[in-house]
Amino acid sequence: MSLSLADVEKVARLARLAMNDQELQAAQAQLNNIFGLIAEMQAVDTKGVEPMSHSQDLAQRLREDVVTEPNQREAFQAVAPQVEQGLYLVPQVIE
Amino acid sequence: MIHSSLTQLGAALRAKKISSVELTQSYLDRIAQLNPKLNAFITLNPEMSLAQAREADTRFASGKVGALTGIPIAQKDIFCAKGWLTTCGSKMLHNFVSPYDAHVISQFNNAGAINLGKTNMDEFAMGSSNETSHYGAVKNPWDTTRVPGGSSGGTAAAVAARLCAAATGTDTGGSIRQPAALCGISGLKPTYGVCSRYGMIAFASSLDQAGPMGRSAEDLALMLNVMAGFDERDSTSLQRDKEDYARDLNKPLTGLRIGLPKEFFAEGMGADVAKAVEAALAEYKKLGAVIVDISLPNSKLSVPVYYVLAPAEASSNLSRFDGVRYGYRAPEYGDLADMYEKSRAQGFGAEVKRRIMIGTYVLSHGYYDAYYLQAQKIRRLIAQDFTEAYKHCDVIMGPTSPSTAFKLGEKGDDPVQMYLSDIYTIAVNLAGLPGMSIPCGFGANDMPVGLQIIGNYFDEARMLNVAHQFQLATDWHSRTPNL
Repeated sequence: MSLSLADVEKVARLARLAMNDQELQAAQAQLNNIFGLIAEMQAVDTKGVEPMSHSQDLAQRLREDVVTEPNQREAFQAVAPQVEQGLYLVPQVIE
Repeated sequence: MIHSSLTQLGAALRAKKISSVELTQSYLDRIAQLNPKLNAFITLNPEMSLAQAREADTRFASGKVGALTGIPIAQKDIFCAKGWLTTCGSKMLHNFVSPYDAHVISQFNNAGAINLGKTNMDEFAMGSSNETSHYGAVKNPWDTTRVPGGSSGGTAAAVAARLCAAATGTDTGGSIRQPAALCGISGLKPTYGVCSRYGMIAFASSLDQAGPMGRSAEDLALMLNVMAGFDERDSTSLQRDKEDYARDLNKPLTGLRIGLPKEFFAEGMGADVAKAVEAALAEYKKLGAVIVDISLPNSKLSVPVYYVLAPAEASSNLSRFDGVRYGYRAPEYGDLADMYEKSRAQGFGAEVKRRIMIGTYVLSHGYYDAYYLQAQKIRRLIAQDFTEAYKHCDVIMGPTSPSTAFKLGEKGDDPVQMYLSDIYTIAVNLAGLPGMSIPCGFGANDMPVGLQIIGNYFDEARMLNVAHQFQLATDWHSRTPNL
């Protein structure tokens, strides 16, 4: 299996990464090398094996549905690229 | 003073032979002298460090002190620390002064330890050589033309050069153990879930684990005593009774069963590494241990499985960096999508983008079963190999890394070559087991070799015992580079 340039372009778009043609081509070659390494995995028979996400197979803890976080808007917005009157500013989304 | 153990430093502080301010200042002076050569730190803030030291000194006056009170500890720049620039080695966070503390950081603060500075690392912990840092590569103190390993390379170099008393690292696929090996220090990745991930910038959440790096197993035990503990803010943090990781340090090793996985001693390991590891095993036999041959048949699949799971989780975790709430925003952009795409393209380095793309692809429609699900199933097979092996042995040993530190730039543009340098460490993360690396000799070009010790779940105290007994019988861990 190998990724076409169109595949790589689609992945870059899904990942929200702006890339020019030269970068896409370089990425294509490197990703195909990496998928060559990954391919080894495909031949393994895993019928009946449960997928593993945590070694201890724990259930997620639940907590009471109560407010636990204090309001720290000013502290958090102090590190934001652009804010005005307590709001994060981004380019206009709705005309 | 800079060659003293944490125990010795603690005793000197409590006996008022030295103040925390004096000790902190002496490390800051040493950093000022040697860091330009090593680039081990991204951020220093002497004012904040010394303010903490003054506070620690008042604690000594009042008597409320612990093992690490007043001791300067360096923090990997992946840990959010309130008021400290926290970059994670990335341009994306070049201006991120954290508004809060990671759980690990607050554990150190509560213990009265001093935050000495933030250590350099591969960008978002993605790398095995520290060359992906936006802030420049770290140099190995044993030979400054060589890499320190990664991703906790700044920490490893700082400890090896004695620029701090001890330091923190994180390990997703070997990022504590491999740099510890390459820099000739000791490092421990605990069982997954022992240290809270809260405030530790996420790479691959099902694998990421914080751990201590230091000059000896004894120091690591004191560090882990502070770092470990349940935290409800991390949904995978384990609720367990508090334990003293130093409790078994002095137990004899008579009858200890050491498992040697035949797959770790096959082709691929350098002859110099093999020689040092074999000498270490001979030393263990002298200490009363017995060697058991074991097999981890699926471990060869660790690298491919890891390079599906870790990028998949990374692509999801790193989607939060969008130039809106914090971090880098491109100076010029059109609409919202353009702002996201340009901010991310300019803020992330090449390796991070590569892994985001792998992850995005394997999680995309139509490929999930073939990649992510298949990898998670093989992950279970890899973990089951260890469960089987531990029926026959108490700890598993082998090399940490197939070679000693390579030259800066040597693995250049070939990511696959770089990925293979973690071949012995990755299976441990996939299984969620604790693993450590301790110095066991020198290989080609007089560069340090690391011995990997893999324990069963929650067996950190035993591993530290096994490492400490070796360090009582040998002096590899007390060798220091000429700088």
